[in-house]
Amino acid sequence: MHMKSLEEVKEAIVEDFSVYEEWLDKYEYLIELGRNLSEYPEEKKTDDRLIQGCQSRVWLDSEVKEGRIWFTADSDAIITKGIISLLISVYSGRTAAEIAGDDFGFITEIGLKDNLSPTRANGLASMIDRIRTIAEENL
Amino acid sequence: MKVDEIRQLFPALSQEVYGKKLVYFDNAATSQRLAAVIEYQDRLAFGPNANIHRAVHKLAIDATREYEETRDAVRDFINAPSREEIIFTSGTTHSINLAANCFGDAFINPGDEVIVSESEHHSNIVPWQIMCNRRGAVLRVLPVDDEGHIRLDILEGMLSERSKILAITQISNVLGLKNPINEIVRICHAKGCKVLVDGAQGVVHGGIDVQRTGCDFYAFSGHKIYSATGVGVLFGKKELLEKMPPYMGGGEMIDHVRFSGTTYAPLPEKFEAGTQNLLAVPTLKPALGFASMVNTDAEVKKQQREIIDYLLDKLGSASDVRLFGVPRGTEEKIPLFSFCVDGVHHEDLALILDKMGIALRSGQMCAEPLMDRFGVTGMLRASIAPYNTMEEAEYFIKCLDRAKKMLRG
Repeated sequence: MHMKSLEEVKEAIVEDFSVYEEWLDKYEYLIELGRNLSEYPEEKKTDDRLIQGCQSRVWLDSEVKEGRIWFTADSDAIITKGIISLLISVYSGRTAAEIAGDDFGFITEIGLKDNLSPTRANGLASMIDRIRTIAEENL
Repeated sequence: MKVDEIRQLFPALSQEVYGKKLVYFDNAATSQRLAAVIEYQDRLAFGPNANIHRAVHKLAIDATREYEETRDAVRDFINAPSREEIIFTSGTTHSINLAANCFGDAFINPGDEVIVSESEHHSNIVPWQIMCNRRGAVLRVLPVDDEGHIRLDILEGMLSERSKILAITQISNVLGLKNPINEIVRICHAKGCKVLVDGAQGVVHGGIDVQRTGCDFYAFSGHKIYSATGVGVLFGKKELLEKMPPYMGGGEMIDHVRFSGTTYAPLPEKFEAGTQNLLAVPTLKPALGFASMVNTDAEVKKQQREIIDYLLDKLGSASDVRLFGVPRGTEEKIPLFSFCVDGVHHEDLALILDKMGIALRSGQMCAEPLMDRFGVTGMLRASIAPYNTMEEAEYFIKCLDRAKKMLRG
């Protein structure tokens, strides 16, 4: 199965977001992403998987298989769940080197960073940090 | 005064966010500024910008007069017996830290007790915790009931000769209920326990008469009552302030400085070390003037009452909304509504409502113990000022319903 490159996936997301002019519509899209995130086991909602710095709670788990990192996540808030879902769709199944070498710039490009409250922006920054840290640990 | 006329006095209210008319419902966090306040601060910067109390030149004299006139305005506003009892600070947090720290040094010994209520925000908990740890004192908690009322019935039983001070909010920033401060002070004083009242919200909604209430300390911020930010007040009874050591050392607060020892300035300068916020403090004059006006204006009171009744009805009657701070009578409630919606995260709602132009607060609201008390991770809060309209309240309810639908799918 051909897996799209990191760049291709990011470009597709930026394009998806550009369709929505209204911020409310972009949020509806995030809510939808949140709803479609695959189920996360209750027993993995542990403190060591909890990402600090968010108003809502976000758990991120990772697994390395055949040199690729696979992420799963959950949140008690649906929009946050949409955001982490977005990040997972880009970075899950990539190699540690790919993730660690990425600048995560597409987040700024789709305007997410500017349109989240500081606490939320911190949350987003914390999510990115955690993904990057996991990648670096697996280099 | 009509609400439309009041709105004209606050330039920030006419802005748009995300192309939508701003509905500012986060007044309990900070109010918008009066145009008169913004202009006043500018005028001071362009004119009498000089350090106060020191130089003999014209600018310094004018700046000092502006600053000291404000002390008189504050004295009048809270009806303090004397101007020496008004200390300028950077805000409520600074005021309470000063009071806790210096009261502790003067009056708290190991084994003594300090009481705070369960509904305090962090600014009226942590300074007391720090002081208790330092002085070997015990911090006790006066609980609230399920509706958010202070458990007045058990207060007397909690007090003993060890109880030195009780710190309580006049109105909780989460519950929006007026606490029976006069009664609390009476009960505490009968047992020899002093009382600090946190007026961060209370000063805005009805104000205070510190002599009638009899409280020993009263703290509030300017920025919640329409002034510039970075200004606050601590009122303290003279006999207590005089026995308390200074908080910070520096210029202004001294009498004579020798390497062999320093003597301190009399009140209130003893507690005002260093260069004061001389451009912001005088903005309390127009701010408190406006607050006095709206507090006594019958039309404003009526408008506010209608909004309170409307939101109490809408939020109180919705089966999927849990309202915190349920009043026994509407007179007890200020226009501040904290709530949770079943099955929807407070942060999601706040984000969606923000995109609809409504500024609300979400989260723990600087009162984590109270969140624990009610078993929630956070709440949503709509807090309303005299410049908010019934149309805005109706729009908020409409948007809340729409946001709920969006989030529930």
